[in-house]
Amino acid sequence: MRYLFRLTYMKNELMRYTSNLDVHKSWERTFRRAKLPIAYSQGFHPQPKIQLANPLPLGFLSENEILDFELTENLQTNEICDLLKPKTPPGFEILNIEAVLIKQPSLQVQTIASQYRIEFLEPQSFDLLQARCRNILNSLSIERERRGKKYDLRRLIEMLVLSREGDAIILKMILSARPGATGRPEEMLDELDIPLNKTRITREKTILDSNIAA
Amino acid sequence: MELSSELERRLEQILPLVEKPGRYVGGEYNSIKKNWDEIQTKIALIFPDIYDLGLSNLGIQILYERINAQRDILAERAYSPWADMEEQLRGNNIPLFSLESKKALIDFDILGFTLPYETLYTNVLNILNLAQIPLHAKERGLDYPLIVAGGHATYNPEPIAKFFDAFLLGEGEEIILDVIAEFQQWRKSQTGKDDLLECLSKISGVYVPSLYSPIYQDDGTIMGMEYANSQVPRQVTKRILGNLAYIPKKFIVPSIDVVHNRVAIEIMRGCTRGCRFCHAGMINRPVRERSVEEIIAGIEEALDNTGFEEIALLSLSSSDYTNIVELVDRIGSHFAGKNLTISLPSLRIETFSIDLMEKLKESRQGGFTLAPEAATDRMRKIINKHISEEQLLSTAREIYKRGWLTIKLYFMIGHPSETFEDVAAIAQLCKKVLAEGHKAIGKRAKVNAGVSTFVPKPHTPFQWVACDDQQTIREKQDLLRKELRGPGLKLNWTDPRETMLEAWLSRGDRRLSAVIEHAWQEGAKFDAWQDHQNYDLWMAAFESAGLIPDFYTQRTRFNDEIFPWEHINPGVNKRYLFGEYQNSLEQKFTNDCREQCYACGIIQTFKDVRQENPGSSWKCPEVKIRARA
Repeated sequence: MRYLFRLTYMKNELMRYTSNLDVHKSWERTFRRAKLPIAYSQGFHPQPKIQLANPLPLGFLSENEILDFELTENLQTNEICDLLKPKTPPGFEILNIEAVLIKQPSLQVQTIASQYRIEFLEPQSFDLLQARCRNILNSLSIERERRGKKYDLRRLIEMLVLSREGDAIILKMILSARPGATGRPEEMLDELDIPLNKTRITREKTILDSNIAA
Repeated sequence: MELSSELERRLEQILPLVEKPGRYVGGEYNSIKKNWDEIQTKIALIFPDIYDLGLSNLGIQILYERINAQRDILAERAYSPWADMEEQLRGNNIPLFSLESKKALIDFDILGFTLPYETLYTNVLNILNLAQIPLHAKERGLDYPLIVAGGHATYNPEPIAKFFDAFLLGEGEEIILDVIAEFQQWRKSQTGKDDLLECLSKISGVYVPSLYSPIYQDDGTIMGMEYANSQVPRQVTKRILGNLAYIPKKFIVPSIDVVHNRVAIEIMRGCTRGCRFCHAGMINRPVRERSVEEIIAGIEEALDNTGFEEIALLSLSSSDYTNIVELVDRIGSHFAGKNLTISLPSLRIETFSIDLMEKLKESRQGGFTLAPEAATDRMRKIINKHISEEQLLSTAREIYKRGWLTIKLYFMIGHPSETFEDVAAIAQLCKKVLAEGHKAIGKRAKVNAGVSTFVPKPHTPFQWVACDDQQTIREKQDLLRKELRGPGLKLNWTDPRETMLEAWLSRGDRRLSAVIEHAWQEGAKFDAWQDHQNYDLWMAAFESAGLIPDFYTQRTRFNDEIFPWEHINPGVNKRYLFGEYQNSLEQKFTNDCREQCYACGIIQTFKDVRQENPGSSWKCPEVKIRARA
């Protein structure tokens, strides 16, 4: 028997520059350290059954990463949590573990959008940013090119809000994350004419559509 | 999230601009960050190459755990930044920092470099410079950290003597703590640096180069040594451990991909084979083994602590481990079915080795590695490698039959008195091995030949010999490239310019400091990287120092020559090495020293340690306790 669980976690400073492949590896090792009965794939190179929902670009932080894993024993989620937490590397923080139905479609298929928060490392003019944001929202289409492919960035923006939190300016956005239609914060920043390394980007939410049928 | 320091705030804008920024972040699982302000003595352990290579260095791992186990000391790590990060650090005037606390290296009390090979020397200078620390020991007063080094290359510390305050010779586990304790004592006394260095020089195994001045003869060889005072030890003997009870278990688990991701465990140290070219085999004597129980328990705990998927059983000659069958059986039964990869390098050329591999490996991937080192009986007698062609071929036949498709064969060219016939024999032997493969499994069989070039090393029987000049090496490599062609055959070789650099530095004297410094100033770094060829810089550096490179490489040493490393004692004495040199000239084999003790000097040097550690974990004879009169 196999039992599927869903783990939500934060990806903090110390894991900020760990790529998706290495995040996967880090979780594999965490599960092994916790001695959880993780399920392995069949075949010549058995791989642990761990699946990340939605790749996070290198250098982004996240308050809401999701991964699914399969165990060969049906453990209580709080039991899993107790085993996992002390073995979790600095830079990951477990938020929640829940059991999910094994027949669900894959996490990548269920993911439809991501919400991001962008902080600025250097002072910005609020008015100027606001004008640029308006400009973006008022456009019917924003044609861009990525890796030689043309696409419309405007179509991928589901929300864009500029606000003040104390002295800081915060830019929030929800971008589509459907297969073949992924909005990228770094492309938005380019459109706003702000260099990537002058920002701190945090994924606040991964939005799943639980209505998508298997 | 709040960033803890000003440096981290600055790094946040720099890291997105460099390749693999995870190299500079730290905070890995099992890394140790103590409260900086509460710790009395701080040491930075430095591997002078990039993080990807340095992270898995076993020496650093051992010292890191061992030092951090002490309450009043902290050890943090630093590595060479890659060129893009170096540019950012220099451009933003950020001194090189430690990974854990992000403190500038200059703020540590001690910097400890590990130097496993010579081609790291320019990186040492680059690190000191990036840390904004003067390169020359004599220019560093009390405001600077004490800078020390250890590792295999430091058995000839002379080429880098000028840059270090002290060298820690031999096994570092204990000596490092002695040095730190002495440092703490000295700190309380509030005396000058000279005083510190003098105190350190009294610790067994510590070499303080500034207390020694070599005197040269007109021909450039060494006449003798002048000592700063009568107290200075005439010879510094390496430190060894009586047993290998201490095993590192909390390996740092990297958050990014590095070269080796594994639990590494030494099953033994040292080697009894006595291959005459082998530096490691001479300087790591005596052979000491860990028990099967210690190894299994060590692996088990380390796996629990890391979650690694690979175990590497390290030694210079795994087949010689006394209980190898029991060890492999126990590992097989203990760790089977856990999706682990287990590697057991340095196996002897015999079918028994295949049995061992079969017990450890479920798949036949990755090829089977054998190291005949030379291809003719004459050469094998010269280098003292006891193995016959028939033995190699029958082992190869069996390897193919049992399912491996690829055999990797390691050879060296440039052994003393090697002829082109000896080199051609390498190609012929590879073809014979491939023919065995064809007979066994047909056209799927492959042979990968790795042919490196011999570099004579200090403290070995070949420390007297000249090495091949570049022209000869190139001709030999051309011959191999011509002969080793065709389907199923692959050849790897070492760039002769890289070999030359290693050869100059290996048997260099103190005068080479100027060459190293000049080469670094002109831009030489990462000399161990094939794509960082700095050969012309090195030639120019020799010229500016008024030294002739060939003096160090192309010259057979006088039988009674005083070597630059004469005052460094690895326990194996010069008389024994010279005897082995003579045996090589006469093409005489010397047996494995477990059969018969050849009095290499180890047991005389370390008779007290042997007495304290009786029994079979050492492969040297027991020392009788003599009643004192």
